[in-house]
Amino acid sequence: MSVTLASAESTPFEIAQAETPADTHETPADTHAAQPAGEVHTETGVAHGGEHASGVFPPFDQTTFASQLLWLAITFGLFYLLMSKVVIPRIGGILETRHDRIAQDLDEASRLKAEADAAIASYEQELAAARAKGNAIAATARDEAKAKADAERAKIEASLQDKIAGAETRIAEIKAKALADVGTIAEETTAAVVEQLIGAKASKAEIASAVKSAAGE
Amino acid sequence: MSNDPTHQFLVNKIVPIEIGGIDFSFTNASLFMVATVAAGIGFLYFTTGQRGLVPSRMQSVSEMSYEFIASMLREGAGSHGMKFFPFVFSLFMFVLTANMLGMVPYFFTVTSQIIVTFALAMLVIGTVVVYGFYKHGFGFLKLFVPSGVPGALLPLVISIEVISFLSRPISLSIRLFANMLAGHITLKVFAGFVTSLSALGAVGVAGAILPLLMTVALTGLEFLVSFLQAYVFAVLTCMYLNDAVHPGGH
Repeated sequence: MSVTLASAESTPFEIAQAETPADTHETPADTHAAQPAGEVHTETGVAHGGEHASGVFPPFDQTTFASQLLWLAITFGLFYLLMSKVVIPRIGGILETRHDRIAQDLDEASRLKAEADAAIASYEQELAAARAKGNAIAATARDEAKAKADAERAKIEASLQDKIAGAETRIAEIKAKALADVGTIAEETTAAVVEQLIGAKASKAEIASAVKSAAGE
Repeated sequence: MSNDPTHQFLVNKIVPIEIGGIDFSFTNASLFMVATVAAGIGFLYFTTGQRGLVPSRMQSVSEMSYEFIASMLREGAGSHGMKFFPFVFSLFMFVLTANMLGMVPYFFTVTSQIIVTFALAMLVIGTVVVYGFYKHGFGFLKLFVPSGVPGALLPLVISIEVISFLSRPISLSIRLFANMLAGHITLKVFAGFVTSLSALGAVGVAGAILPLLMTVALTGLEFLVSFLQAYVFAVLTCMYLNDAVHPGGH
């Protein structure tokens, strides 16, 4: 076993290992003779057992230090290399992609929200414009209708006025005619009455003047 | 010997290698370091294979550990400290995977070896010192001179700061090592009670129930400790790296 090291370099545990000097000669022989790994393993295992029994606590067994340091350097170096070249870029890439994707989705969402806001704003605007236009149309229609109604009324009033005037003229005519007829009737009646009373015919002129004077009074 | 609680920490050669008289054998410790690398990288690699925009459960675990360490480092050492992210994440995942693998029965716990935790701690402190001097030159030494201390107290404060700095690698390595070691020994001792008591017959089997319950409870506790120690190691690494990035910023 590794006592070769112990004999080569002075260590605090040399005393503990010093009692197995026979191993020093055995070890090279073992390594050469028992090349199959399994057998070597058993041999060394036994050797270790003996050493342990001699009082060296295994983790403080300095003979194993060189080998452990070498293999730690190799394995941890490999671990670090694989970590920094393969694993970390890989996981970092995944996280980066996810982060980008989330940021992109958030951007997309805010863009869509802005679009929706703009659509709502333009809708409101159009609605207000439409309302204003509707009001304007209604006002125009009302004004037109009012003007038309006024014109109609004026026309009807005018025609009524005409009719009234016509009617009044006719009435006046009829009245005049009637009045004229009244004179004639009065003269005839007067002539008849006079004839009955005096038995003689009065002249037309006398009767007319008499009626006229009576009507004048 | 299998009931010996320290037997589990024995380093056994699998492939003996000796270079220049120094033993560099491929041991069970080396095997489990390789297993740690394979399991740690394998998990992170294969769970993120789908690169799902909406992660699967396992992918979430990988992403969470990534973001956990990233936010820890950002809080601890600021955005300038993020260049150490691969280093801190590797340390955390390595220690965590090694601790977790160690919880499997018959598996070797890499982090229960003082030399391994000490080497990792020295790697951290070495990085802090090298980067600190590289980036700030002698300004890095401001680390030992807190601002606003009266001149008379300065020698005392500086010596305290230097001692606390020097004790960092020791405390960092011993904390992880001792936690893993003690936990595994305790587990082994209680589990040993179960087997040795139940060998005593009916009364012994009845008496073995208590240590069995203890073993179960301790196993849960040890999983917690495994995670916690990896977390503490990473947090302290972040704090120490902060000193390298901002030496005057106490």
